[in-house]
Amino acid sequence: MSVREGLLAVLTERPMHAYELRGEFERRTTSAWPLNMGQVTVTLGSLVKAGLAEAEPDGDAPVRYRVTDAGRAQVRAWWLAAADRATPAREEVSIKLALALADPEVDVAAVIANQRAATLGAMQDLTRLKREATEPDDLGWRLTLDRMIFAADAEVRWLDHVREQVARGRARPGELRPSAPGGPAGATAVDTHQETEEAAR
Amino acid sequence: MTAGDAVVVEARDLVRHYEGVGGEEVTALDDVSLTVHRGELVAVMGPSGSGKSTLLHMLGGLDTPTSGTVTVTGTELSGASRAQRSRARRRRIGYVFQDLNLIPSLRAVENVSLPLDLDGVAPSEARDAALDALREVGVDHQADRFPDALSGGQQQRVAIARALVGPRRLLLADEPTGALDSVTGEEVMRVVRDRVDAGAAGVVVTHDARLAAWADRTLYLEDGRVVATSETDRPESLLEGA
Repeated sequence: MSVREGLLAVLTERPMHAYELRGEFERRTTSAWPLNMGQVTVTLGSLVKAGLAEAEPDGDAPVRYRVTDAGRAQVRAWWLAAADRATPAREEVSIKLALALADPEVDVAAVIANQRAATLGAMQDLTRLKREATEPDDLGWRLTLDRMIFAADAEVRWLDHVREQVARGRARPGELRPSAPGGPAGATAVDTHQETEEAAR
Repeated sequence: MTAGDAVVVEARDLVRHYEGVGGEEVTALDDVSLTVHRGELVAVMGPSGSGKSTLLHMLGGLDTPTSGTVTVTGTELSGASRAQRSRARRRRIGYVFQDLNLIPSLRAVENVSLPLDLDGVAPSEARDAALDALREVGVDHQADRFPDALSGGQQQRVAIARALVGPRRLLLADEPTGALDSVTGEEVMRVVRDRVDAGAAGVVVTHDARLAAWADRTLYLEDGRVVATSETDRPESLLEGA
């Protein structure tokens, strides 16, 4: 999530004070991405510096910010651009499994089963939140939850795949290559190019 | 769950052996226990051959365990005669399958009332109960249509209505949304969830974790044994750093 672009997108609706902008952003994302005021102020400063927003002094009241034409163009481009999936992230599950596979003392099947249960438990909780979000206004929130559910689902599928490979005795540490979109990538394995392709699918 | 909640189905120490090809013994289910209360939905997952369907068949009285017991709303299926089991199935247990759910030559309402008809309930009473069940899943306006004239999602709703018509309180489902697209599949799970919340109990076998996530807990089977049960976390902690 790019907070910078997200704040700019909210600002395209009307000029706002910094605290107002933070409130509006958090309301729309249902506080899934809580921001502190300092972060908002710094981001607004950088948007002004880049010519994407302007500060509008308002007498004694706090400064209001409004988006510039360049800022609007930036937001339009952002809506249509795919999120960057190529950046490898550290991912505990991948690291743990790779290490477990290399250690004959570790019950890899149990590691997988426990992780799977935990991930599924998280999916159950997310689904419960989705069930409770029934108002028309909740659509954005439901889709955000779906995004997290799909990401967790990808991890479960990947764990099933690893389990199958381990059961067949074919998995070697170097072969572990997570494919979960938005989740694990690059922590254990080697071939970042392939991960990027998988994430893009 | 509190101790006061009614147990709808209880399976204790279920073991099921089969004779495999060549006469060797195959263990399909190895010491599995499961209790499902009213208002509770349980998902069962696991790789092919892990015993998921065997477990579902045991819970529904379609198969009998080598050892162990299954009790549905107070009646032990394993100790019952074939006729008693069959009656218990008709009165207490409903199945939802991926396909072949409905009889094509019967209207929706007739499909739903069928278990009651077979059980000797008066036709008008059976029809009223069937209409109630269809209303609860939101397809009562389709009551007089034949299955062919219904969408896949509507057919599954009718199947859910049939599974929980009249006194039936245990819904057993095997890949209930298998042939449906993602959004329709989710709508069907929402209906299952609502019906369970309204006082039934459900056990759903699925390979799809997103469907299993509608359950209160998930058993994961491997080689006939429960190797993991999903835990729940506090939702708030999941959203940090999202």
